[in-house]
Amino acid sequence: MYKVAVLGDRDSVLGFKALGLDVYPVTTAEEARKKLHELAKEDVAVIYLTEQLASPLQAEIARYKDEVKPAIILIPGKEGSLGIGMENVTLAVERAVGADIL
Amino acid sequence: MAIATVNATRMELTRLKNRLRTATRGHKLLKDKRDELMKQFLDVVRENRALRKKVEEALMRAHGSFTVASALMSSEMLEASLLYPKQSVELDMTFKNIMSVNVPQYTFHTKTTDPGEIYPYGFATTSCELDDAVDALSGVFQDMLKLAQIEKTSQLLAEEIEKTRRRVNALEYVMIPQMQEQIKYITMKLDENDRNTTIRLMKVKDMILKEAIEERQEAVKEALNKA
Repeated sequence: MYKVAVLGDRDSVLGFKALGLDVYPVTTAEEARKKLHELAKEDVAVIYLTEQLASPLQAEIARYKDEVKPAIILIPGKEGSLGIGMENVTLAVERAVGADIL
Repeated sequence: MAIATVNATRMELTRLKNRLRTATRGHKLLKDKRDELMKQFLDVVRENRALRKKVEEALMRAHGSFTVASALMSSEMLEASLLYPKQSVELDMTFKNIMSVNVPQYTFHTKTTDPGEIYPYGFATTSCELDDAVDALSGVFQDMLKLAQIEKTSQLLAEEIEKTRRRVNALEYVMIPQMQEQIKYITMKLDENDRNTTIRLMKVKDMILKEAIEERQEAVKEALNKA
């Protein structure tokens, strides 16, 4: 049995607690990095990460990109979408095809 | 090129020809794999884009309600309301094989199936925007999980396509031309050796013939002198 974790600033992630997900409010990028590695070692299949925290953690996210577990999925935080999530989709296309064809 | 290291022998030639045959076959297979992966990948990516857009929009709406709720309620109150969830989610991960890439498939189980059970608080002391926020989040969760599955699939497929593409290119532009050139080199070298041998044999034959003729002439001359 795997768990679903949500990582982000307090106000963005608190609501997910009601759904029964594992919520980890973090404030700094350093804290998020530590938590991310910790969660990756545990039985967590999906980690939702707010885009606001994702931008300083690009290297960490890239590290888990080619692994089956965990799937790190970016979600917009309460300040709104930064477009990083969408950009990652485009990057995947570029990686596979060599150019953005969509 | 690597030609200098090749032994111009028949054995090497046979070995290279076999390798070339395998490489060509592998190249064809990998190319087919790449094309099929690409086809699957493009479908997945299109779905990924659409789903991500939908999820982001829905999440923004939920965040909106949540912000209003947190403005109307004190933060201690808000936290206390959400602190102990009634619901809990567990995820089952199975794998699906797409062209030998194992991609995860998620199915989730909730502890309670009653949709009213997602509110872990009494309604008397909380604002209705919080209900809206929780309701919106629970509505989008199914899509979020699907998004996770599709996004991971697209990432894994992208990696595999990149790998396959490199292999195809390496075979097509490096391995196969190199082997063809080596085979050509060996064949030419062997042909040259053949011609060498023929010429040598012809020369030897000429020399032997010449000697024989001279011997004959000598014999004839001697016979004439005697007479």
